[in-house]
Amino acid sequence: MNTDFRHGGVREHAREVVLAGVRGLVLSVAVLPFGVAFLVLTLLSLAFVPLGIGLVTTPWVLTGVRALADTRRRLADEWCGIRIRTAYRPLPADANPWSRTFGMLRDRQTWRDVGWLPVDITAGFLTALLPAVALLYPVEGLLLPAGLWRSYVPDGGTYWYAFVPVTGQATAFGAAALGAVLLAVAWRYTPRLLGAHFRLARAVLDTPHGELTERVRVLTETRRDAVDTSAAELRRIERDLHDGAQARLVAMGMDLGTVEMLLDKDPQQARKLLAQARRSSTEALEELRDLVRGIHPPVLAERGLGDAVRALALRLPLAAEVSVELPGRPDAPVESAAYFAVSEVLTNAVKHSGADRVWVDLHHTDGMLRVTVTDNGRGGAAIGAGSGLAGVERRLGTFDGVLAVSSPAGGPTLVTMEIPCALS
Amino acid sequence: MRVVLAEDLFLLRDGLVRLLEAYGFEIAAAVESGPELDRALAEAEPDVAVVDVRLPPTHTDEGLQCALRARRERPGLPVLVLSQHVEQLYARELLADGNGGVGYLLKDRVFDADQFVDAVRRVAAGGTAMDPQVIQQLLARRAAADRPLARLTPREREVLELMAQGRSNAAIAAQLVVTERAITKHTSNIFTKLGLEVSDDDNRRVLAVLAYLDRDR
Repeated sequence: MNTDFRHGGVREHAREVVLAGVRGLVLSVAVLPFGVAFLVLTLLSLAFVPLGIGLVTTPWVLTGVRALADTRRRLADEWCGIRIRTAYRPLPADANPWSRTFGMLRDRQTWRDVGWLPVDITAGFLTALLPAVALLYPVEGLLLPAGLWRSYVPDGGTYWYAFVPVTGQATAFGAAALGAVLLAVAWRYTPRLLGAHFRLARAVLDTPHGELTERVRVLTETRRDAVDTSAAELRRIERDLHDGAQARLVAMGMDLGTVEMLLDKDPQQARKLLAQARRSSTEALEELRDLVRGIHPPVLAERGLGDAVRALALRLPLAAEVSVELPGRPDAPVESAAYFAVSEVLTNAVKHSGADRVWVDLHHTDGMLRVTVTDNGRGGAAIGAGSGLAGVERRLGTFDGVLAVSSPAGGPTLVTMEIPCALS
Repeated sequence: MRVVLAEDLFLLRDGLVRLLEAYGFEIAAAVESGPELDRALAEAEPDVAVVDVRLPPTHTDEGLQCALRARRERPGLPVLVLSQHVEQLYARELLADGNGGVGYLLKDRVFDADQFVDAVRRVAAGGTAMDPQVIQQLLARRAAADRPLARLTPREREVLELMAQGRSNAAIAAQLVVTERAITKHTSNIFTKLGLEVSDDDNRRVLAVLAYLDRDR
């Protein structure tokens, strides 16, 4: 058992060593042509910017450089677990060539990419080659005594294998001994040598303060989403008021004016119009109520998240169990976001899952509001474009909240939401 | 009949006072905040309290909490709760003690003065006045999976809805323009189909129906 395990370990390591060698070889073969090509293209393209042609070509070339750098970042992570952080500035989708070119040129990351190219085709090339050489050179040493030396040393000459002058069979054995030692060293260090290549790439490519930059990017994005969402929301409210309550109040006012005029002449007709005005007022109130519920549900304002979700569950056309463990109330914006997130998830469950039962659980631990919604439906829910869940994710994003969906085909669906917040 | 009224918006409070006085009620107190309501309920000994859910100082469900507190101290104290919105959750809390003498209506119902005053009188007499919206929500939720409910005829459903609102047989008969005897027949059918015990007492009957509709599946 034990030996088996060791055997497996050795085999595993051998695989790793050979893989590192092969990967190094592949990299070094690929690095030179691509690196040189993109470096030349970049320089040419930049040189042609004053002529105008560069404006068209530069974004393309820089995108290529970016792709090349991204490939290296990906390989660094996949092959050696070395994470190289990036922070490209987002470009507007419909930018013209001019703003695209200068947008990219203003991005420091672009200059880091371009600066990386000459490093990559020199030091990067060598460091990629090292693992392959470290593996092949000892093999050559071991092959020397097998007769290889004869082809190197035709007539009394000397072939240097490292520091061993090979002149005959005996010294060839000496070279082989050195080869064996080198192989042992390679056995130990080859995977790490490949790592050196990627560490070099990281030293040049990595974004300083990468995490902060990434954070800023996320914040910018979620802020934009939040602003967009609230602007859209305000537009919807404006439209609803304009077409609904406002219009009804106008109609009511007109009816009442007519009633005033008819009061003496045609009391019968006046009475009819009065009834109609009253109906209009009821309908206007109904619409306002729906609108208010969509802006900020009264129960949420009156009772907080727990009871608001309970009240929500009571409105569902399916059996719902709600358990709440909140020793206080989160801030109003968080509360509202959480409420609408739950509401959307429940609506989704009712519409698409075919479930006849849902469970909602709300609790607060370790500074985190956790909400889980489970249904016994058919599953298959996903956070995709156009699904309500994508909207929920965006809504929660504003508060650094996250959404996770587990919904295997056949169900059950489990939606988990987490929002960092304090309770008051 | 002495009424304690709690409503924070002056226009509405004033309107309600005038309406109730026009129908011969005596306004024992008309207050605008939770603490004042607490005091009025304790001191004015009203026959019925008409209370807005949302009151200062917290502007949350202060009014409802005052009403529930008062009913805990004086079980069966008739309370009619008014609100801009109705929630089944609140209706459930009001009905929870099983004592009757509760009402829960949308403020819009005040527009129909006759019906509103009828509701106040019903609550004062220990009856129930549930907003049609509450009942519709209950029925909608029930209807999906409740087999006994599905066996009711459309007419019986109509009667059930009105009965759950707290209306008496006579009132239901008037609204549906049929004889009271016909309604009695419908109600006994409903009770048989739902497996409920028939009771002569109107209030008991309403509470039984509400309990049935709000029962957890």
